[in-house]
Amino acid sequence: MTPRQKRMSFVAVLVTGVAIAIGLALMALNENINHFYGPKQVKAGEAPIDHNFRLGGLVVTGSIKRATDSLKINFDLTDTAETITVQYEGILPDLFREGQGIVATGKMSNGMFIAEQVLAKHDENYMPPEVADTLKESGMTEHNGKPLK
Amino acid sequence: MKLPAIVHKFSSPRNFYVMSGKLIPWFGWACLLFMVTGLYYGLVEAPPDYQQGESYRIIFVHVPSAWMSMFVYMVMAISGGIGLIWRIKLADIMASASAPIGAAFTFLALATGSLWGKPMWGAWWVWDARLTSELILLFLYLGFIALQASIEDPRNAARAGAVLALVGVVNIPIIHYSVEWWSTLHQGATVTKLDKPSIHLSMLIPLLLMAVAFKLYYATSVLMRARNEVLLREQNSRWVKEVVESGS
Repeated sequence: MTPRQKRMSFVAVLVTGVAIAIGLALMALNENINHFYGPKQVKAGEAPIDHNFRLGGLVVTGSIKRATDSLKINFDLTDTAETITVQYEGILPDLFREGQGIVATGKMSNGMFIAEQVLAKHDENYMPPEVADTLKESGMTEHNGKPLK
Repeated sequence: MKLPAIVHKFSSPRNFYVMSGKLIPWFGWACLLFMVTGLYYGLVEAPPDYQQGESYRIIFVHVPSAWMSMFVYMVMAISGGIGLIWRIKLADIMASASAPIGAAFTFLALATGSLWGKPMWGAWWVWDARLTSELILLFLYLGFIALQASIEDPRNAARAGAVLALVGVVNIPIIHYSVEWWSTLHQGATVTKLDKPSIHLSMLIPLLLMAVAFKLYYATSVLMRARNEVLLREQNSRWVKEVVESGS
């Protein structure tokens, strides 16, 4: 092997070696990384009891109850299988609305989820409001496989 | 594998200095043109988003800078690799010249993302796979810059930097696919997917104009930085003395 070929194989071995090592580490991690639990998993007792965890789901339409004298809010979160009531006090993100997918951090107490933080997830679709209205009117509820809100 | 002689001739420092001097004004003016049109169509002509209203407009800076943060890294790693294997000085120079620009794009992507995240998600920062892998990219750039700065001899510095840059390449697919592999708060890809882009044409056009503008900005600034570096490294050669004396 010429010195140049040696350097070339060094680079090839380096890049593939690191890729394999990181790939294996990620695969191992993947089994432990659970970004959030759904209401069904919580009801099945899979979520931790004493410390904070993340609860993700869709805000049930018509379930939002706001207190008149404070920032307290109650709403139901569903994964279409099970529903859990969430209690939160604070400022909600702009995208919080009925039918919106959200992730709340907090813990369970007496069958209710007491949230410390509420995060809203937005989708990858961008369009003018008129287009979204037309799509809905024409009976289209999905865009690229994602439900329209 | 040997490189054809023309590559060596073309990448000679003197040739590069002359060529890049001619290219820089073209790239610079084209960048300005695309940037102004892109910003006009993005901020004035494009309609608001059906869900996010006006706030989504930060996409026209956020997304191009995030794309560039990865693109510049690939340029840096590939030139580093070429410098390592074929000992082409210009490739080493391109790698070191790219690093601060890439770091700036990464910082811009993180900062604009944070400004966008607060009103939309409800948090400046979350330890989500997309955000964390992009932060690691920033550290890779800073590590590369620090490593090269700490080694006196330019050839050793180039070699060490290239190895670090090549190791970090593994992070690039992780950033891109993070939104598919894990359930992240960051939404999935809008434009860079095999499917049709899920963005309205009136918003896609300014986004692509801005992406071209950012590419041209990178081309302009990396050539300017590389030109300075060439002069610095070749300061004892005769052609540099001629350039300096003639004042061009």
